[in-house]
Amino acid sequence: MSTPQTTMTELLPAREGAAAAPPALPRLLAGIRAEGAMTHAEHVELHGALPLAGARRRRGRGDAGRLLEEIDRAGLTGRGGASFPTARKIRAVAGARGRAIVVANAAEGEPASLKDRTLVETLPHLVLDGGLLAAEAVGADELIVCVCETAGAGVEAMELAIGERAAELGDTRQAPKVSLVSVPSHYVAGQETALLQYLGGGPAKPTFTPPMPFEQGLRRRPTLVNNAETLGHIALIARHGASWFRELGTPSQPGSTLVTLSGPVAHPGVYEIENGASLSSLIEASGGTTARVRGVLLGGYAGAWIGGELVPALALSQEHLAPHGATLGAGIVVLLSDAACPVAETARVARWMADQSAHQCGPCIHGLDALAGTLAQIATGTAEGNATKRVERLSSLTVRRGACAHPDGAVNLILSALEVFEADFADHARHGSCEACDRAPELPLPLRPVSDAPGGPRPRR
Amino acid sequence: MSQRVQVNPITCEAHGMCAELLPERITLDEWGYPLVDDTPLHGSEVEHAIRAARACPTFALLVQRDRAPRGGRVRTRSG
Repeated sequence: MSTPQTTMTELLPAREGAAAAPPALPRLLAGIRAEGAMTHAEHVELHGALPLAGARRRRGRGDAGRLLEEIDRAGLTGRGGASFPTARKIRAVAGARGRAIVVANAAEGEPASLKDRTLVETLPHLVLDGGLLAAEAVGADELIVCVCETAGAGVEAMELAIGERAAELGDTRQAPKVSLVSVPSHYVAGQETALLQYLGGGPAKPTFTPPMPFEQGLRRRPTLVNNAETLGHIALIARHGASWFRELGTPSQPGSTLVTLSGPVAHPGVYEIENGASLSSLIEASGGTTARVRGVLLGGYAGAWIGGELVPALALSQEHLAPHGATLGAGIVVLLSDAACPVAETARVARWMADQSAHQCGPCIHGLDALAGTLAQIATGTAEGNATKRVERLSSLTVRRGACAHPDGAVNLILSALEVFEADFADHARHGSCEACDRAPELPLPLRPVSDAPGGPRPRR
Repeated sequence: MSQRVQVNPITCEAHGMCAELLPERITLDEWGYPLVDDTPLHGSEVEHAIRAARACPTFALLVQRDRAPRGGRVRTRSG
């Protein structure tokens, strides 16, 4: 995988058949094509019509609806990385004062993730369905779909899809106004408050909370920001119910999830797995490894390293990963081959994460910069004194001191690298660069963001 | 109903006034940004904290009141 833009999306074979008997897997990715988006007609044929409550009732206390109860019973959690219970979030927005707004978040600033881009490019109607259902659940009159500006095909597909739905939406009384906005590609742009500040005409940078988006979000209205994949699951739960959703996954983490797998495998790309599936089965589905695996980066660049020797034993569930200090985050699995240098790779990503700071909070600006600098010194053997100690001290000065979790994520990655690749770090600190340091980077990093200095939003419709 | 100090890290510009005025709660890191002890303020500290918040040139120091006993809404006041 070189850059996300050029990576092919490997697709699981679609099951024949229609909505009556929803297949075990794939769920979200059912009917996906290698290229191009599923049309609305195809989408309806596969999944059935959008089950809106029909006669829209006024939003009232006990009326956030049956759907909300189903989502709650399904145990759906947010797929943007934070895994917050979706029903609780919807309920908070529904219960807040004022007319709500729904934002479908496919900003996906994480270089190692492709799932949201894949969804909007190939299955835009699934995301729209979920957005419209969520809008109904919270009584919103607006649905704003946010797609990363570098996902050109995704922006186009979503624009077409919204057009296809225009007639249908026009028919529904009080249907929400649906719009599409392409958002900057930098790392923190997809963070909830950054996205909302951008939609409000400001820079795509996080804001200080409280107030939280659910109470005062866009234009000071209660705002529900859901990840594109989360909305896709809502679209299917509305059709098939909570019990169906829970047929897959673990009791504490039901359902399926999209995972972006990259590194030395035959077919890197986006896969839909059952929560709790083994990492080995995912690797097998991708055609197997093409090199020995030195380490696994789970959860992306705000995630954690795990030693390659653990690959056969790893199950991709929260319970299994927690003891390793890891989560799947937004469903990101990056394998590092044993030809790569984990020290150089981590130092490179740490520098990129420092550069991706919104440069608003002092501890994030200075802390991440100092950490990246120290890692670069370790990698080249030019660090003075006990560099590992310094990394640990800088980390403690950096975590939980920003307005958002960006510094926390970067520190998480760095500290896990120090632990998993302890011997390599010690070796580099003593002897300097190794031969593998000069190899082409394995971990994907965008060359440069399309827009470095985001201004106001550019509405597409 | 307890009160605690908090920093808005976006508006904070490391002037360091808070550490001068509220040393019992705030020290500065190596870049001059405040490290805050945000456990509930003792009665006599509240006045000091409010004075420090009022003195912050960017109003980045906040004295927060926990309104509800358990994780309820939080009211923020700056100086």
